[in-house]
Amino acid sequence: MRGRAVTLPVLAALALLLVSCNGAGDTPPLPSRGPGIPAYGDTLVDGTIGEPSNLIPILATDSASHDVAALVYNGLVKYDKDLNLVGDLAESFEVSRDGLTITFHLRRGVKWHDGAGFTSRDVLYTYRVIVDPRTPTAYAEDFKQVKKVEAPDPYTFRASYAKPFAPALASWGTTVLPAHLLEGKDIAASPLARRPVGTGPYRFREWVPGQKVVLESFHDYFEGRPRIDRYVYRIIPDTSTMYMELKAGGIDMMPLTPVQYRRQTDTPDFTARFNKYRYPSASYVYLGYNLRNPLFRDKRVRQALTSAIDKQEIIQGVLLGMGQVAHGPYKPGTWAYKDRVKDFPYDPEKARALLAGAGWKPRPSDGMLVKDGRPFRFTILTNQGNDQRLKTAQIIQQRLRAVGIEVKIRVLEWASFITHFIDKRNFEAVILGWTITPDPDIYDVWSSGKTGFKELNFVGFRNAEVDALLERGRRTFDTAERRACYYRIQDILAEEQPYTFLYVPDALPTVNARFRGIEPAPAGISYNFIHWYVPKEEQVYSP
Amino acid sequence: MIAYLIKRILLLIPLLFGITLITFAVIHLAPGEPVDMQIAMSPKVSAESRQRIREFYGLDKPLHVQYGLWLGRMARLDFGRSFAPDNRPVTDKIAERIPVTLSLNIIALALEFGLAVPIGILAAVRRNTLVDKGITVFVFLGFAVPTFWLALLLMYLFGVKLGWLPISGLHSLGSERLGTLAWFWDLAKHLVLPVGVATFGSLAGLSRYMRSTMLEVIRQDYITTARAKGLSERAVIFRHALRNALLPVITLLGFSLPGLIGGSVIFETIFAIPGMGQLFYQGVMMRDYPLVMGILVIGALLTLVGNLLADICYSLADPRIRHGKA
Repeated sequence: MRGRAVTLPVLAALALLLVSCNGAGDTPPLPSRGPGIPAYGDTLVDGTIGEPSNLIPILATDSASHDVAALVYNGLVKYDKDLNLVGDLAESFEVSRDGLTITFHLRRGVKWHDGAGFTSRDVLYTYRVIVDPRTPTAYAEDFKQVKKVEAPDPYTFRASYAKPFAPALASWGTTVLPAHLLEGKDIAASPLARRPVGTGPYRFREWVPGQKVVLESFHDYFEGRPRIDRYVYRIIPDTSTMYMELKAGGIDMMPLTPVQYRRQTDTPDFTARFNKYRYPSASYVYLGYNLRNPLFRDKRVRQALTSAIDKQEIIQGVLLGMGQVAHGPYKPGTWAYKDRVKDFPYDPEKARALLAGAGWKPRPSDGMLVKDGRPFRFTILTNQGNDQRLKTAQIIQQRLRAVGIEVKIRVLEWASFITHFIDKRNFEAVILGWTITPDPDIYDVWSSGKTGFKELNFVGFRNAEVDALLERGRRTFDTAERRACYYRIQDILAEEQPYTFLYVPDALPTVNARFRGIEPAPAGISYNFIHWYVPKEEQVYSP
Repeated sequence: MIAYLIKRILLLIPLLFGITLITFAVIHLAPGEPVDMQIAMSPKVSAESRQRIREFYGLDKPLHVQYGLWLGRMARLDFGRSFAPDNRPVTDKIAERIPVTLSLNIIALALEFGLAVPIGILAAVRRNTLVDKGITVFVFLGFAVPTFWLALLLMYLFGVKLGWLPISGLHSLGSERLGTLAWFWDLAKHLVLPVGVATFGSLAGLSRYMRSTMLEVIRQDYITTARAKGLSERAVIFRHALRNALLPVITLLGFSLPGLIGGSVIFETIFAIPGMGQLFYQGVMMRDYPLVMGILVIGALLTLVGNLLADICYSLADPRIRHGKA
């Protein structure tokens, strides 16, 4: 939902384009490289737009903090490369037959970066501090469902619930904090926010404010010493600067834009020095309708709007083809995603017919649709700083005009967008995006109980069957049963069209080619970072 | 003179008070709260957690109470803690940024005066010649070209194509292990582009000002007298004309004082320089009220002190003002 980084001004992009026209390779292309021999050493320099705010992750909400924390800490469970939940600090875990108790068997011999041993006391502390009302955390919600926690011995931890709660399992992927350093202290004022101590593969070394955060490999990591000795986050707030740093060798890794991926990185020089990756990102972009508005109350109208929009054209125009059509709120290829839902493909004739059925008839003078003397017109709102969403809105505007609907576009600064329009339900349609979580529970966005102030079902979708299915889906741990619930929800959403689901963009990371061992998977590329390596002869940074 | 000074200083107090009141009101008028900026539209946040975070920051209190609390802390020179998730004292956050911005600005200011003054003199002495016109075109080019655009072009040329200069940041990786001299050389290389671009952009204003004051002085009778005495052109320009022409320029320095701690957002963002401009911008975007107020108060104080100093310098240098007002 974020993604509103400072846009590079149009001129800057133009300038970049101008100079890169004459930009043939300045170094001779290297021969394609073999896998080399795995070795320890070297540094990976990553670029980040924002500076981390707080390295105690339960206190931070920005992605930069969580990116760093992901290498420093572990949770009890994690998602593996195929997005299945597996043990992390827990060697194994089991859910009781009634679904009310989860028991975690913790790994033995795990060490904190300061040498202390990890035990169930740390897990107990982490739970207590998260639910403590004095802790200013945004992540307490999932843990409120917990009825009781206990740690019968140093290597067993048990959480009990009043009702079975399937998303609970994933919630234990939250970073476990060191009790021996935090217990009895005010976590909001802890020095660990600037100098974290975790159990993860990398330990904190230094943080130069506004410039970089440096991590070094933790040799006693329980999955073995990581191959890459150091991980440096360089803070580079401007994306065009970051791209130049990449080309000049100042950073080793960054996400590319579709334009960069397609048009600017096809030189032999670039392809010899960098590997590009492409896989669906965990997010989708949608056109959401305010269902309280009489204009959108009739589902035939919403179906017609979807039929009038050519999603493929948007993907071509906005993402240069780097994405796929979305039919529902899940990521293609994941277990909850239903491949065949009865969506409304691009068909302007059908759109006109549906609209005529709902009483909207073209005006003889200009072909614009009218009903009871009032023309069909509405405004699409979107947030400032996201060029892709603006372009999407413009393409939709063209297509809807073709069937006789007049659309205006308004771009708003994030804060006023949220407070004046979304919170006050003062909008007709919006273009926004959601992150797709690996757990398919989408209760907060679609339940009719979540339509209140500041709650996320801001379009006001109410459907009794969906409510029941959402409830059932989160009250069982049985994947087949959950899948059945979410499949049915996708059918209903496709029929109701409360949103026109538009597209799932691709993630387009690029990494310097000296790094080997990268294996793209449904989880992306960084899940196996500790196994990445640089062959000795290609290492750039000395220890 | 003393009475004048005391009066001026006492006048600063209500002025400062008014500034804080207005800025406090304005920043709270902006839509959204720090809490919104952090967690708006995030699925895992309940209304209760929101309320918890609001209470933590004291945002649940009425506005005038919040202002009173802030003012009370201010009176004890306590800027409070940042509303960003790091919750650090505002003074720490400002203190770690000021050295970078201050030294960059001082270098740029020194370069600006060092270049603009001679350029202005040259243009005045050779007015309406090819030199004058060339200088005019050059400085206005710097004034007109958007700095971020020029910066990106130069970064591409010197950083990517030629590889002579680093592109962004202040230090290379591993610079902490270099010797002192090598460390400075590394830093200097990082500063060439940002300082160069900043100076180029600001030459126009000062050099045109210098040129016009110089021209005004040259037209004076005493310059004609000096020439008539048979003094060399050099002596006329540097001993007689320049001294008088420089006076107004020196007061400009006083006005530059508050600018020294302010940084340009665009500039710092492009060059990835961790300065005050970025800090302030992020503070505003996150509605980090204590941080924004802190920076504004320091800025306001410096502006007022700068104006005061400029006035004092002026009255010291120019007897007409001193006697007329005091």
